[in-house]
Amino acid sequence: MQGIPISHFLVLSAILFSLGVIGVTIRRNAIVIFMSIELMLNAVNLSFLAFSNYLNNVEGQIFVFMVMVVAAAEVAVGLAIIVAIFRLRETVHVDDIKLLKW
Amino acid sequence: MPIAIGTTDLISILPIAIVSLFGVYLLLQSVFAPRMNRILIPYLGILGVGLAVVGNFFLIGMEGTAFEGMVRVDRLTVVLNFLFLITAALSLLITISYHEGEHVEFLEFTPLVLFSTAGMMVMGSAESLMTIFLGLETMSIALYVMAGFRRTNRHSLEAALKYFLLGAFATGFLLYGMALTYGMVGSTNLTQIAQYFTQNALDVPLVALMGLALIIIGFGFKVALVPFHMWTPDVYQGSPLPVTAYMAVGAKAAGFAAILRVISLSAFSIAFQWSEILWVLAVLTMTVGNVVALVQDNIKRMLAYSSIAHAGYILVGVVASNDQTVPSVVFYLIVYLFMNLGAFAVATMVAGQNERRVNIQYYRGLGYTQPLLALAMAVFMFSLAGFPPTAGFIGKFYIFSAALQSGYVWLVILGVINSLISVYYYLNVVVAMYMQQPVDEKKIAPVLPGVGVVILVAVLGIVYLGIFPGTMLSVLR
Amino acid sequence: MLLQYIPILVLSVIALGFAAAVLILTHVISPKVKDPVKLTVYESGLPPQMEARLRYPIRFFVVAMMFILFDVEVIFIYPWAVVYQQFLAYGSFIFWEMLLFIAVLFAGYLYLYKRGAFKWE
Repeated sequence: MQGIPISHFLVLSAILFSLGVIGVTIRRNAIVIFMSIELMLNAVNLSFLAFSNYLNNVEGQIFVFMVMVVAAAEVAVGLAIIVAIFRLRETVHVDDIKLLKW
Repeated sequence: MPIAIGTTDLISILPIAIVSLFGVYLLLQSVFAPRMNRILIPYLGILGVGLAVVGNFFLIGMEGTAFEGMVRVDRLTVVLNFLFLITAALSLLITISYHEGEHVEFLEFTPLVLFSTAGMMVMGSAESLMTIFLGLETMSIALYVMAGFRRTNRHSLEAALKYFLLGAFATGFLLYGMALTYGMVGSTNLTQIAQYFTQNALDVPLVALMGLALIIIGFGFKVALVPFHMWTPDVYQGSPLPVTAYMAVGAKAAGFAAILRVISLSAFSIAFQWSEILWVLAVLTMTVGNVVALVQDNIKRMLAYSSIAHAGYILVGVVASNDQTVPSVVFYLIVYLFMNLGAFAVATMVAGQNERRVNIQYYRGLGYTQPLLALAMAVFMFSLAGFPPTAGFIGKFYIFSAALQSGYVWLVILGVINSLISVYYYLNVVVAMYMQQPVDEKKIAPVLPGVGVVILVAVLGIVYLGIFPGTMLSVLR
Repeated sequence: MLLQYIPILVLSVIALGFAAAVLILTHVISPKVKDPVKLTVYESGLPPQMEARLRYPIRFFVVAMMFILFDVEVIFIYPWAVVYQQFLAYGSFIFWEMLLFIAVLFAGYLYLYKRGAFKWE
């Protein structure tokens, strides 16, 4: 990371985060939406690491640990929910899953 | 540098530790105990919550941080712990009555409630962004599972999926906000963040403001502020009733606890920059919640929109951002606990097997077929609408007077107008119960003891806090 | 200073223009046959038998999930192991703390085992 200014990391992280947000808003497959959310979380991890390195402060790295573990737990629960829906409905398309009105 | 973890540190998380360990223990019980004894698990869960309440008494009078500035113990922590534990106990009581009519195994339900409660208490005693995040996720992940607990029911699964996807989405925003705040402040410690914002109160860097704004979006989702409320009605309608009750009270209180910890600590100094955004959010939340609730005919959806509206009232207290904020908001949360859990307990009773009777038309004539149940429901509805002498009135009174003290006259006027709108749909239920003929002759099952206790506690709480609010308020100050 | 990049700009414009022109030209002058067979999957001239995407048994998914969950927890043990010696001098708390962490993980494992998450039928 020597010599690369922190702004590069932050801009990359912002771009990745935005890509994730766009993915969540325009994709219609629950799995793909979920992958976009993971992209957002990883963009945040990048920000944390960049700040941690820049500030010479270890808290950011610990935070990344926490985010990773929580993300893994979220993946397990989320995919389980999606699988349960697929078994019942034979679809993971969020437009088809609209019994409840918005 | 050594990190000394002493007895004080361990005592400061005593209730959290008891609840989590009981959760792990009951998770094992749910698979290892003989099938006969598994029915006892919810009761054991209540026992665990009771032990945690006892443990919480050791925290009274403590003041300070623990675990190297990760956890804060003060009066707010103690009160919030009591609030979350009572919510958990009452929800478990509703569950005991609920699952008798359902054909779903509610094995892991109790451990999930306990884990979720532990997460809420972590949020309430957070002193670091990291602690808040961990508490929030512990709470939310357990709630995602609980929302989809009726695995064979389409609505329940759909609620779980929506809650999960939108919740994880909001978590992304929250985390990004935390990352930006951390980057600007150089620490995740809330006190240091507060110091940073005080020192730079006149010229806060844009990135730090963006960080706080993203954090507000994340919490706004959890407490269902408009325009981040889209999930609320669907999730509340689809989830099993005890989960809806637990979620409506616990998750909202935890979200506001975190808002109090982050915003009110660090943003008092920059209140003038925040107040306008939060002002608009509060008005939007109250208005949208109340107006849309007018046209709902499903009691769960109606209570969902009502909970959105109540989030708006509570936000008015946050906007005030003076020394009245914390007491008035926490008092309102306690009152909200009793009225909402009570209303959901009655709804569970009326809904019956498989939640078939959730429309308001099924409440017609309840005043004659089930006089006591109807009377309790009437008390809850009057309290939610804010009629004196119920606790709902006192709660709103303190919130609005806190706002008046800071000079938000228009906000209070709009809040009062909104309360008047809300009277219509709350009284709609009362009118249905007492002035209309029953829609079908099918008898509602007699009130089960678990739900009965919840309703009794809720009614007593509302009446007590409505007539003698002084004791509670002096505790909160 | 920017002037010296002009040749690159010209080159890029020519390259892009050429590529675009070829694409458009082939699209315009090529013969077009509209036939449903054209859209089917190419299987060396044989008619396709079934969907290329098979549905995997759910067991794979469950096992993968369990693996990720227990695998990720290891990241907490790494930093712990690095500072272990250093902190042991200040008391045995660091030892018991990790023991508790592993015990909780083990409780989760026992639960999964008993619930039949690892049964492969």
